[in-house]
Amino acid sequence: MSENNGSMNTQRRGRPMGGGRFAPGEKPKNFKGTLKKLISYLGAYKIAILIVMILAAVATVFSVAGPKIMAKATNALFDGLMSKIAGTGSIDFGYIGKILLFTLGLYIFSSVVSFVQGWIMTGISQKISYRMRKDISEKIGRMPMGYFESRTYGEVLSRITNDVDTLGMTLNQSITQIITSVATLIGTLVMMLSISPLMTLISLVILPVSAFLLSFIIKKSQKHFRTQQEYLGHINGIVEETYSGHTVVQAYNKEKETINEFCSVNNVLYKSAWKSQFLSGIMMPVMQFVGNMGYADVAISGGLLAIKGVIGIGDIQAFIQYVKQFTQPIQQIAQVINQVQSMAAAAERVFEFLDETEEEQSPEDPVIPENVTGAVRFDHVSYGYDPEKIIIGDFSADVKAGQKIAIVGPTGAGKTTMVKLLMRFYDVNSGTITLDGTDIRRIPRKKLRESFGMVLQDTWLFNGTIMENIRYGRLDATDEEVIAAAKAAHAHHFIKSLPNGYDMVLNEDASNVSQGQKQLLTIARAILSDSKVMILDEATSSVDTRTEVLIQDAMDRLMSGRTSFVIAHRLSTIRNADLILVMKDGDIVEQGDHQELLAKNGFYAQLYNSQFESA
Amino acid sequence: MKRIILNLAPYKFIVLIILLLLGVQAYCDLSLPQYTSDMIDTGIQNQGVEYALPEKMTQEDMMYSTLFMTDDEKNEWTGYYSAQDNGILKRTADEDSLEELSDKFLIPLTLSHQTGNMSEDRFRETIKQSMQASPEQTPEGFDIDSLSLEEIGQFMGMELKTHEAKNEKGVMTTYVDMRPVMMGLIQSGQMSTEQLSTIRGQMEETVSKVGKTTMHSMGIAFAIDADKAAGVDVDAIQKSYLWKQGFKMLCMSILMLAASICAGFFAARTGAGIGRDLREKIFKKVIGYSNTEIDKFSTASLITRSTNDVQQIQLVTALLLRVLMYAPILGIGSVIKVVNTGAHMSWIIIAAVAIILMLVLILMLVAMPKFKAMQKLVDGLNLISREILTGLSVIRAFGREKEEEQRFDKANTSLMRTQLFTNRVMTFMMPCMMLVMYGVTLTIVWVSAHRIDAGDLQVGAMTAFISYAIQIVMSFLMLTVMSVMLPRAGVAADRIDEVLKTDSTVNDPEKTESISNSSGTVVFNNVSFKYPNADDNALENICFTAESGKTTAIIGSTGCGKSTLINLIPRFYDVTEGSITVDGVDVRKLSKSDLRSRIGLVPQKGVLFSGTIASNLKFGRSEATDEELEKAAEIAQAMEFIGSDEKGFERAISQGGSNVSGGQKQRLAIARAIVKKPEIYIFDDSFSALDMKTDAALRKALEAYVKNSAVIIVAQRISTIMNADQILVLDEGRIVGKGTHKELMRSCETYKQIASSQLSEEEIKKSIGGEDNE
Repeated sequence: MSENNGSMNTQRRGRPMGGGRFAPGEKPKNFKGTLKKLISYLGAYKIAILIVMILAAVATVFSVAGPKIMAKATNALFDGLMSKIAGTGSIDFGYIGKILLFTLGLYIFSSVVSFVQGWIMTGISQKISYRMRKDISEKIGRMPMGYFESRTYGEVLSRITNDVDTLGMTLNQSITQIITSVATLIGTLVMMLSISPLMTLISLVILPVSAFLLSFIIKKSQKHFRTQQEYLGHINGIVEETYSGHTVVQAYNKEKETINEFCSVNNVLYKSAWKSQFLSGIMMPVMQFVGNMGYADVAISGGLLAIKGVIGIGDIQAFIQYVKQFTQPIQQIAQVINQVQSMAAAAERVFEFLDETEEEQSPEDPVIPENVTGAVRFDHVSYGYDPEKIIIGDFSADVKAGQKIAIVGPTGAGKTTMVKLLMRFYDVNSGTITLDGTDIRRIPRKKLRESFGMVLQDTWLFNGTIMENIRYGRLDATDEEVIAAAKAAHAHHFIKSLPNGYDMVLNEDASNVSQGQKQLLTIARAILSDSKVMILDEATSSVDTRTEVLIQDAMDRLMSGRTSFVIAHRLSTIRNADLILVMKDGDIVEQGDHQELLAKNGFYAQLYNSQFESA
Repeated sequence: MKRIILNLAPYKFIVLIILLLLGVQAYCDLSLPQYTSDMIDTGIQNQGVEYALPEKMTQEDMMYSTLFMTDDEKNEWTGYYSAQDNGILKRTADEDSLEELSDKFLIPLTLSHQTGNMSEDRFRETIKQSMQASPEQTPEGFDIDSLSLEEIGQFMGMELKTHEAKNEKGVMTTYVDMRPVMMGLIQSGQMSTEQLSTIRGQMEETVSKVGKTTMHSMGIAFAIDADKAAGVDVDAIQKSYLWKQGFKMLCMSILMLAASICAGFFAARTGAGIGRDLREKIFKKVIGYSNTEIDKFSTASLITRSTNDVQQIQLVTALLLRVLMYAPILGIGSVIKVVNTGAHMSWIIIAAVAIILMLVLILMLVAMPKFKAMQKLVDGLNLISREILTGLSVIRAFGREKEEEQRFDKANTSLMRTQLFTNRVMTFMMPCMMLVMYGVTLTIVWVSAHRIDAGDLQVGAMTAFISYAIQIVMSFLMLTVMSVMLPRAGVAADRIDEVLKTDSTVNDPEKTESISNSSGTVVFNNVSFKYPNADDNALENICFTAESGKTTAIIGSTGCGKSTLINLIPRFYDVTEGSITVDGVDVRKLSKSDLRSRIGLVPQKGVLFSGTIASNLKFGRSEATDEELEKAAEIAQAMEFIGSDEKGFERAISQGGSNVSGGQKQRLAIARAIVKKPEIYIFDDSFSALDMKTDAALRKALEAYVKNSAVIIVAQRISTIMNADQILVLDEGRIVGKGTHKELMRSCETYKQIASSQLSEEEIKKSIGGEDNE
């Protein structure tokens, strides 16, 4: 399980840390295409999103209009005061109260609208995330095994977690923000144009300036963000490597050099970290500065125009209100674009995964085998992950029901490939494999696999009770049957000694039972499945002697009366086999029984004798 | 939180600078609104004229300006002006006192301006009133309502000065200059000084209620008119004012920009610097740890502490220095400004802050449990995803795809529900906060309206109060939102501190001894070892001698203490009782580096480091030659795969050696130990990933090479150690058998059991026989 922990780490590392809002979003390869796919994926939610957009726009309009209306109240207050002083009237509290209540109503309405909008959008983005995860999980079930062998678990996991998360979060925030910003921008622009097209033109001067500054800063900071990300990776790499190889570093007296290396990388990280942090932090004040300058620009040119009589003083006063609001939406849009880009990149990866080719689900002319006896025939089978590189070439063998076949060979010889072909984790490139005379490709996968039981070295158990884990072999088994299987697998005794016995929950990496005990549980699971053909992978090490004896005995019981394929390491198993397949470099180099092969004095004899050669 | 601040201690000085810069920034931030409103109010509305005292005045305007002044004022006022050749009066008052004088003369000047610009209706009204006051002086047949302005003028015996302009409602209105009329009335005795002072009293009341600032522009309007009449180019004044003010605003903006950029610069450097320092400190600390400390924390946890936790601190520090520190500074600045307005409505601000705090608290209370549950649900979903991926073959073999999908769906659904809940609660936050903010504004206006009516608040104070109140509430809002992040960082800081406070338990002795005659003989003298916090000894009374030139093997089932035993030799742990000597010297009396330089350790997992094959092999002795590398690789049976790769020894090794197979890793790790040429070899189950053939070949080659060193091998496979000079059989931390294979097969029950579980009768016979033949 250490491997999985490793992938967890990579995954954690993959998350942008210290990102800030201007950290470089990954860029999708095909932005438009991905966006189109995403929109079509939204499906029925499209209408809801349209509503959200409208609501967001409405909320914006109201919150922009609010201050204008409230200004009326202050004016009324002032006028009232003046007339009170002049003795011609008094402050009209009724009127002011009405305006204030109206404004309050407006604000409440605007808040409710934006709340409803947020409520709907959260619902949509969560449901989309949910559906995406579900689709991915279902997709995993339909994909060929080969896909997962060429990738780390971390890669696939990060699509389910990180990518879907990014997508959901951006969907939730960005759409609203885009609408709000665009609405504010357009609203402001319209108001400005209606007051004075000339002044609008003047104030638009800040647009290219801010666009230039924004892109300049973003570009600069992204460079450092990238370096930071890269060196953060390096640092984490060194830390992981050094900590997990801690004893070696110490045993080889490498502490000083390792620290020096660490420090130099740490320094580069420091430089990029402060630079990226600094540059992204500069954005706000710079934009504020640009905003202030825009304001001064409009005020001065407005004043000059007023002198020439081109524009009225009142118009400038009204106009200037809007200039202040002008830079903010621009800045927001720049941010959102960045976010949308990372979202598109995440979506692209998810869609890429969902679009991967799948295994054909059921054969055209399916045959459902009944009363399987377990006779297996390999007829001129050849296979390679890559058709150019054939691993197994032209292999034929005839296995009668109940026979025991041992597959032997040095590590990396391709022993498991045989097994995987048999269970149709892969399909042969040419030739046929038959079960009871039927081409296994004509048997639906699920049905075919029901005929096989399997005990692998990688003792996969899941985070559930022991009872559930054994019952995994046959879901309709009663408790008694499960216990009987556990007894047959010599697991009953140790299970009884565990806290809660059969109801003990195996923890995340099943580390609360020993490796040997896990093996016994997987054997019990296979016994319960009662399949006609058994596939076994003998463990090489890391089991203590007593358990080893139990495992061996349990495996022997499991094999009796069944056709069995054993990836064998133990010589006793090998010697008792009806047929030994000797593999080397992915090829079956010899086959026959123990005596025959020894007599041949070939690779098998060499392999067999090697361990007793005395020095 | 405390720790985060303590981290800043070395940066005291810089933090002070940042504080200063933030102060400057806050100052600019608070005064810029004044500049922007000046641009509009003075620059555009008042045409750039700043003071109620005109630069130049005609004699006539001088006369009118004193209309409502007391005699003392008149004297002072005229003193500020001196006549020029052309008869125009020029302002001679001290520039610095202009503002003060503007305020002082505001009321008479405003009144003069008002009388000079009286709307027609008001004019008629005033005339009527004055006629009613003294009907005896009213000319016969004078019906004011039926007469035009000109005719009224004729009656009065003067030409009325009128002009037309838009009033505040945008309607064209005729304005009458009432001042000549008034002068006439006063001179003719029709108007008394009492009447004048009544008018003045009324004005004073207005000013006291509205505030001087608000009335300021009326005084200035007088100055503008007077200046224009005296031929001053007001447009030029306006232009120069706008440019001047624009320049001031530019300067202020630049100052603010510079302050905040500098503050950002120092904050970023400090944050990143703290991150760097912490990382370095932790790394140095951990690298010196013995296995006891590593076990205590676990490697995974130490990695997280050195990476994620530090990153967290770094981020929060930068944030703390910029945002978290700025908010209170700005808040305090605003409070000062608020106090200056004299509005005394602090309770509204306090209420708003209280409401915000309460809202945040309620939301947190509602959402927190779900937030906590969410992390578990995310972990749960990840776990199931991982299980599905790692168990793909088992799942498919048993045809359980549907069941797994359901299991995933269950976790997925509950995660979705919880996230939906928490996100929706958070959706609530923003609109609520905005509403509070708007509510504050509305409340202030309403409350102020009444107080203005009652006369204890000025209109100008209200508007200022609103903007500062919002500033304060915003600061609080920012603080609350940010402070949500602090607890997480606090946890990270604690975790880091724990590492920094933990010292290695295995240290160099104060006075080191050295080995004079080195051969590599290792002796265990009655060694016992207990893991910290364990109840029982992991090793008990271990006695043996591993002689130089001989192979000592250790066998036993998992958990019997084999690895523990060999970890004591390089002092990864220190013995609890007894002692271990190398060439007669207690290992605790040697310096760690001296001791370890004599040992070639090959750990259970073939640990490699990123770099090349060569860099890994040279790990123990960087000066090793290519020939030595080749030789070592040959012995370790690694040449076969090194040679088959075109890059050979320069082939890259990725982090943790993930791009080579387990068997290859072990062989490279063995070669690495060989390159080091140590006196003591320790192989900790280092042959497990090798197939039997390679295993045998390796041992054969090794045996020939290590003739002058002590070799200690830990193994599970009996075939690996059958030929050792001495085999120790360990069971539950004790030595239960010691001897050669042949001897142990006769005497040791545990050994026999192990042998029979791994070998067949035939093989056992052969092995014992083989020994006999030698």
